[in-house]
Amino acid sequence: MDIIVKNLTKTYGSQKAVDNISFHLKQGEILGFLGPNGAGKTTTMKAISCFIAPTSGEIEVGGYSVKENPDKVKSLLGYLPESNPLYTDMGVIDYLKYVAELQKVPKEKVKSRVAEMIAVCGLEAEKHKIIGELSKGYRQRVGLAQAMIHDPEVLILDEPTTGLDPNQIIEIRELIKRIGREKTVILSSHILAEVEATCDRILIINKGSIVADGSYETLSKKATSSEIIHVGIEGGEFDTVYQALKELPTIAMVDVKSAEENTFDIQSKPDMVSAKAIFDLCVENKWYLSQLTPIETKLEDIFHELTAN
Amino acid sequence: MRQIWIIAKRELQSFFDSLIAYIMMIAFLGFSGFFTWLYGGDVFFVGQASLQTFFEVAYWTLFFFIPALTMRLFAEENRSGTIELLLTRPVSDWQVVTGKFLSTVILIAIALLLTVPYYITVANIGNIDHGAVITGYLGLILMSAAYISIGIYTSSITNNQIVAFLLTIFIGIFFHLICGILAHSMGGTMGTFFNYLSLQNHFNSIARGVIDSRDIIYFASIITLGLVATEATLARRNASK
Ligand SMILES: Nc1ncnc2c1ncn2[C@@H]1O[C@H](COP(=O)(O)OP(=O)(O)OP(=O)(O)O)[C@@H](O)[C@H]1O
Ligand SMILES: [Mg+2]
Repeated sequence: MDIIVKNLTKTYGSQKAVDNISFHLKQGEILGFLGPNGAGKTTTMKAISCFIAPTSGEIEVGGYSVKENPDKVKSLLGYLPESNPLYTDMGVIDYLKYVAELQKVPKEKVKSRVAEMIAVCGLEAEKHKIIGELSKGYRQRVGLAQAMIHDPEVLILDEPTTGLDPNQIIEIRELIKRIGREKTVILSSHILAEVEATCDRILIINKGSIVADGSYETLSKKATSSEIIHVGIEGGEFDTVYQALKELPTIAMVDVKSAEENTFDIQSKPDMVSAKAIFDLCVENKWYLSQLTPIETKLEDIFHELTAN
Repeated sequence: MRQIWIIAKRELQSFFDSLIAYIMMIAFLGFSGFFTWLYGGDVFFVGQASLQTFFEVAYWTLFFFIPALTMRLFAEENRSGTIELLLTRPVSDWQVVTGKFLSTVILIAIALLLTVPYYITVANIGNIDHGAVITGYLGLILMSAAYISIGIYTSSITNNQIVAFLLTIFIGIFFHLICGILAHSMGGTMGTFFNYLSLQNHFNSIARGVIDSRDIIYFASIITLGLVATEATLARRNASK
């Protein structure tokens, strides 16, 4: 089920929390929503989940407009809000049953869905407790369970793995990936490795506007037009090696990492490669290479580059 | 309708789970029983089989109990943020409002049903005006419903239960007492106006056994007004403040 966001804008007073963003998410895609604090991620997700109405712009979920058919849209999607609010005075099972009923799960299926969610989210041992008695991580699991209780076509998860232990994080990521094969998922996170590992597509927003949109591969290509190599050269004096490297025609910049160990980060000129030239240089001078590794641009760098002021 | 009932059921459950429902019922039965049987208008001495005292006492007991019941309904959801979960389910704002309203009306109705034994006992003592009893109950239900809708509204505009409670009492005092007093002291058109606003007048006229459409319209308008205002408060989250 596709999600289409067209020119979405949401203003709070004079502040534009979300400023004219548009994207089209197809069924079977997992979208990772990245952005610094206050970028507008939560606001966008709230608008898609019909909690707040956009100031302007259109949102369609599975062909239904959020404005005209909110009930239909709401029944198609499962939503986990950022702060994971729960009725702390209710029992885990009672709560899940209540949500299942509200989500119009057929009566005869309510029980089996609740049991399934309890199993999937690892709540078996805690299911007889009152939600208020649960630890933060278990509450988060209840939050996830209620979002998925009606097997929604679209999942909107605002920072789903906060508070989970490392084992559970991996399990939930796997679960999201599995769900994402057939359904449509949007998740926001501040853990870049998580987004890299789970999402097919990454959307970075900053101050309410989209600054990058694409798969991890396309983003990293876009962010770096020139390669960076980490090299270590032994068998020569630091100064001579440094000088010789700088004079290589393909190299744009040499950054000294350690003068004692003769290691450098080398940035090639745009669209040029320097590995062969460095190798030849060493052979010529009877030096030898102790290290030669291309440095991949990490999502952190892309994120930093696009969102730092 | 199903959605309204699901919400009402959960609220009712929560009233009972948190013991508020039991406390309220015991106190309500206790107070009204005490005053009806033992104190003041003692049915045995008056020698007249009437539930007039009971209705008067029930009226004032509900006056304080209803705000305590309704204060939680939205204020707590606003405070904890669960309102976001509720309103992103396939329910409309209106269904949420009416579901919560219904839950409290049902609770009050249960409490009133439990007082039916009073009626039966009194009816055994002497000749009772059955019509007046029925309209008395009707008056209590109408007055409660109106008051509940006010309580739900004040609960929706704050995330602090105490604020909601005090506001409801305050608005209640206005409708119950101040309107009556103003009507008395002002006279003229303003007097008639406040006289019409006075909740107690309408309650009394119904409790006396006369069902006047004006009284019904009065209560129905307060109920509708409170519920619509609550829905409007919920919708305010969409406004660009
Ligand atoms: N109810 C509100 N009233 C006023 N301003 C708001 C409201 N909700 C959000 N904002 C503002 O909108 C902007 C975007 O907030 P939003 O919660 O969408 O950020 P976010 O990207 O989710 O950030 P975070 O990573 O911290 O969760 C912020 O500047 C915030 O102050
Ligand atoms: Mg957020």
